[in-house]
Amino acid sequence: MSAPTEALRAGRDPYHLGHGPSTGAPEYTGHGAGGPAPKRIVVGYGFWIFILSDVILFSCFFATYTVLIHARNGGPGPEMFDLRNTAEETACLLLSSFTCGLASLAVGRRNLLWTEVALAATGLLGLTFIGLEAREFVGLVAQGAGPTRSAFLTAFFSLVGCHGLHVTAGLLWLGTMMAQFPAKGFKESIRHRYLCFSLFWHALDIIWIGIFTVVYLIGKMTP
Amino acid sequence: MSTNPEEEEFDLGSHVGEEQVAGEPPHEHPSLAAELRGYIIGFVLAAALTAASFWSLDEHVIYGPGIVMAVIVLGLAQVGVHLVFFLHMTTGPDNTNNALALAFGVLIVCLIFFGSIWVMYNMDHNMIPLSALMHMRGG
Repeated sequence: MSAPTEALRAGRDPYHLGHGPSTGAPEYTGHGAGGPAPKRIVVGYGFWIFILSDVILFSCFFATYTVLIHARNGGPGPEMFDLRNTAEETACLLLSSFTCGLASLAVGRRNLLWTEVALAATGLLGLTFIGLEAREFVGLVAQGAGPTRSAFLTAFFSLVGCHGLHVTAGLLWLGTMMAQFPAKGFKESIRHRYLCFSLFWHALDIIWIGIFTVVYLIGKMTP
Repeated sequence: MSTNPEEEEFDLGSHVGEEQVAGEPPHEHPSLAAELRGYIIGFVLAAALTAASFWSLDEHVIYGPGIVMAVIVLGLAQVGVHLVFFLHMTTGPDNTNNALALAFGVLIVCLIFFGSIWVMYNMDHNMIPLSALMHMRGG
């Protein structure tokens, strides 16, 4: 029997395949140090890949908006945006991200009451955000600045509306979670589902940072 | 703030879905106070950066031509705050794959965004305006 095989039998890693020390606990080559990752890590990673693909989708809308910002066909430009409304929307979404984090803490400690309270607060703030956005859209359409007015407005309604649709989908998911925690308890599959929801909700807030920066603040300064 | 090694065990999405293996002692949770502190710090930082972004539009605060850059830097800083305090991105071993995926995502986003602006800007400058083209065909 060759020396490396003996070393493997002895639980060592003579070729440093695991990049670890060549003595001590065995390294599980091909599974990273210590064997396959726990399911929580794998679920989070998979959903993270989805979120990144969603961010790439949004980057296309951001690029479209930036390219078309001067294509107004005689219509209104970004100077018509009401920054006070944008600031209120931003506050709602940031607060809802915070309460979503509080819900994560409650879920981690299997506290049903605080989970439901924090999720309800998250949902109410999300609904307020959608309400403010809907009011802004209705106001723009009423003053003749609907998505059909110019290429710039099409790009604006597509980008901000796509984010609004994501928030709406997130609210449906949030309602589902609020029903599933009391009905099914804090079992593993439900907690993993909640992990994905919290990633989704925080990611939507990150997209919104891009929107209020690029669409509203920089837009406002674009002649 | 992470002198305590347990605090470095933060990973993507908090400890929401932690495995609890029967017969084993439960995993060490960071204390509620420590986790709550993380979210509060993140919220305060994000709120401050947001306020600074909106405030910087006031022409008397920042040198005019620098406003756009200031707003971009503040926005990027806030994205960083969200990633660290809300999404719990760390440099820990559990997070290597997440960080690499994020890096690749950022690369693609930059290619799409800046590539589009670059290409379309050049096209806009080098093409004959549509009105001139119509005139040539008509005349």
